[in-house]
Amino acid sequence: MNWFHIGTLDEIPLRGARCVNTPQGKIGVFRTADDKVFAIEDHCPHRGGPLSQGIVHGAAVTCPLHNWVFSLETGKAQGADEGAVRTIAVRVEGGRISLALEMIAVAAE
Amino acid sequence: MTERLVIIGNGMAPGRMLEHLLEAAPDRYQVTIFNAEPRVNYDRIMLSPVLSGEKAFEEIVIHGDGWYIKHGITLYKGHKIVAIDRAAKTITSDRGVTEPYDKLVIATGSVPFIIPVPGKDLPGVLTYRDLDDVNAMLLAAQSRAKAVVIGGGLLGLEAAAGLKEQGMDVTVLHVMPTLMERQLDPAAGYLLQRAVEARGIKVMTKANTKAIVGNGRVEGLELADGTIIPATLVVMAVGIRPNTAIAKDAGIDTNRGIVVDHGMRTSDPDILALGECAEVGGQVYGLVAPLYEMARVAASRLAGDEGAGFVHSDTPTKLKVTGIDLYSLGDFADGEDREEIVLRDAAAGIYKRLVLKDNRVIGTVLYGETGDGAWFNDLKKKQTDISEMRDTLIFGQAYQGGSPLDPMAAVAALADDAEICGCNGVCKGKITGAITQKGLTSLDDVRAHTKASASCGSCTGLVEQLMSLTLGDSYNPTAVQPMCKCTDLGHDDVRRLIKAKGLKTIPEVMQELQWKTSCGCAKCRPALNYYLVCDWPDEYADDYQSRFINERVHANIQKDGTYSVVPRMWGGVTNANELRAIADVVDKFEIPLVKVTGGQRIDMLGIRKEDLPAVWSDLGKAGFVSGHAYAKGLRTVKTCVGSDWCRFGTQDSTGLGIRIEKFMWGSWTPAKLKMAVSGCPRNCAEATCKDVGVICVDSGFEIHFAGAAGLDIKGTEVLGLVKREDEALEVIVALTQMYREQGRYLERIYKWAKRVGVAEIRRQILDDVPRRGEFYERFVFSQKFAQVDPWSERVSGKDKHEFRPLATVTIAAE
Repeated sequence: MNWFHIGTLDEIPLRGARCVNTPQGKIGVFRTADDKVFAIEDHCPHRGGPLSQGIVHGAAVTCPLHNWVFSLETGKAQGADEGAVRTIAVRVEGGRISLALEMIAVAAE
Repeated sequence: MTERLVIIGNGMAPGRMLEHLLEAAPDRYQVTIFNAEPRVNYDRIMLSPVLSGEKAFEEIVIHGDGWYIKHGITLYKGHKIVAIDRAAKTITSDRGVTEPYDKLVIATGSVPFIIPVPGKDLPGVLTYRDLDDVNAMLLAAQSRAKAVVIGGGLLGLEAAAGLKEQGMDVTVLHVMPTLMERQLDPAAGYLLQRAVEARGIKVMTKANTKAIVGNGRVEGLELADGTIIPATLVVMAVGIRPNTAIAKDAGIDTNRGIVVDHGMRTSDPDILALGECAEVGGQVYGLVAPLYEMARVAASRLAGDEGAGFVHSDTPTKLKVTGIDLYSLGDFADGEDREEIVLRDAAAGIYKRLVLKDNRVIGTVLYGETGDGAWFNDLKKKQTDISEMRDTLIFGQAYQGGSPLDPMAAVAALADDAEICGCNGVCKGKITGAITQKGLTSLDDVRAHTKASASCGSCTGLVEQLMSLTLGDSYNPTAVQPMCKCTDLGHDDVRRLIKAKGLKTIPEVMQELQWKTSCGCAKCRPALNYYLVCDWPDEYADDYQSRFINERVHANIQKDGTYSVVPRMWGGVTNANELRAIADVVDKFEIPLVKVTGGQRIDMLGIRKEDLPAVWSDLGKAGFVSGHAYAKGLRTVKTCVGSDWCRFGTQDSTGLGIRIEKFMWGSWTPAKLKMAVSGCPRNCAEATCKDVGVICVDSGFEIHFAGAAGLDIKGTEVLGLVKREDEALEVIVALTQMYREQGRYLERIYKWAKRVGVAEIRRQILDDVPRRGEFYERFVFSQKFAQVDPWSERVSGKDKHEFRPLATVTIAAE
């Protein structure tokens, strides 16, 4: 497990998300209305929709393709849908965001 | 002392029995239920909508776990009863629980009939009976492969429609010459077959199954004539048999079903049976209405009322496949002493047949339009002499006594004891009584208190009409439809309050209108954003985080996460420079697909999000702006070549189309808005199925609106004829503004028009000239802020973060 600095809080819109490219696929990094930051795998288990493009509400996001709703805290689908996305540990220190990734890698850009 | 009541089975009949019993004698029994299915009581009739994906299981649960706890009922889930010891008065489950009883109710339902053909036990052969079957079918449907449904009855057709909806290639095999022959005469069966086939389901009648073939699992099905149909899923829906095994083993009298008297008592006086497993008066039942009647009787008997008795009545059959209306009741065989009245309307796909005997209705088959079913049922039940209205009988109740064709009048004219809800046996008087006595105001309330329309739901329209009749203007079915789960307010109230209270930001709306969630959801946020953009064009700062991705990045997201880009081609007109620029962009960015859209412009598909600003930059240099093909806003104005070129053209339709598009582009509307202008009534621009259309004629411009050619197909309504082009533009703009101000988010103009009424719109836009002017002015004002090309803004650097990853993590070099 390694922590990677990927950017700062103000680079993500409030109630919005940005994505981070990694060798293991895209990760969506979300910032909620109360400035909490979450990271989940950017791939809806239903049809592969990019969750980072969805509307963020509370600590949840709605997939832009077919409106599945996922908890950003647990990664679990909400309501009647069943499925989950992987969650990635996030650390925010003084506005600097780091992700815990299980690989030896360097962060670019 | 409380007695011990034990129930075997937890289907709809015993569930209903308990409801009645808890009402009549709440403290008399200590109740224990054994359910072979590992779940609570749910509405089995609604399994078909679950299969088709229209409903979730949670939506069809009748009694949740909480209900059992609240009433102190012990429910053993997943326990199958293996023995009844009548001498000791105990029963024992397969998981070793033994429970003593004072009274026992057997409600084991039925088991699906399995055709005894070779291969019937292969994996991939299913029946259609409970939620497990539905889940198994949904799993099988994921393969998008071929399915065969054996049985063209009610269940078989519902299963076929559901599987088709899930994307399977479905064939229905039916052994008889026409579908649903027990409920439908051959003519209606034929219409039904056509409707089923029109959905892409293959139907084979007179098809005898010889064997199900496959090595280790189903691979196909062989018919008696040797035909092999490949399939990976076979669903048997050929009928049900009462499940009597446990009663038989215990020495209780059984015949086809468990024999009960009309008080639901079996040959053992302490044991009752009800539901599909019971046989009363020599008949067994499979439709919900008589089963609920049994539940009522059994509950009364258990509560000590020895007078209650089961009375047979015919139950209408309705098919629960969206878009197919079918109703059948009673006896409709031909006979010497019988007469019939038939109405056929081939164009509308309507077939109605009444079978009469001695001037009384004895049978009804309705196909395509079933609104009068309740009335015919009532005539039959009461044995009304119809000789007076014989000539107009088939046209339905609205035509009787010269009253106008008004569905409300028809419902008003029904007698108090006319049946409204066939499933639950609820008559009109019970519904209207409950509404007034209990002060019910919503459909859900009425369902909760009376059960009317709570099972299959096909009488929902009738129930709503009754609510309007009883409550008058105070019943507004839309007012009780909240925007989403974040608020109890409906769209109209929210719009009204935004204006009245001067609310100008989303957080302000949520605070003032007491939103129940901290920052809304994906349903209400885009709606609120639109309402604020529309109502405060100069003051509101558009909240991009409350817009759907397409409107946030000004392109259309595709299934693989890439985007499509459609530049505006005013009125569908282009030129060599524009086409060259598009060709260059396609080459430069290796765009995989270029396609001409239905709105007369060019779509470039498969563009990576990161490339969007560069694509727009190149397109912008050639003069292109965003076509808003992603927007709930003005999309296209389609045109024909009009009087400039066409020998039939009456006006410059191309010119008018371009003028409209240049005037109105950039405006946001409740839902997408597509327009067209045709130069003559031959209508080459297909203006009569658009949101707004113009048909040019010699004398001027015929303004049309409220057409649809998507989920619904609907010709336009004519708003009126105007003489001059300027006037046409003003009317169209004012109409759009009225829709912008009143429409609910995502409500297309035809739905809004239906709600508001075409006459009212005509009055405000065409007749009331000052009012039209006000609408026009407000639109023009809002355009000052809306007509900014979003693409060039983004080329200049707006929302840069949208088009770039936050970071890229790569593997470190060793």
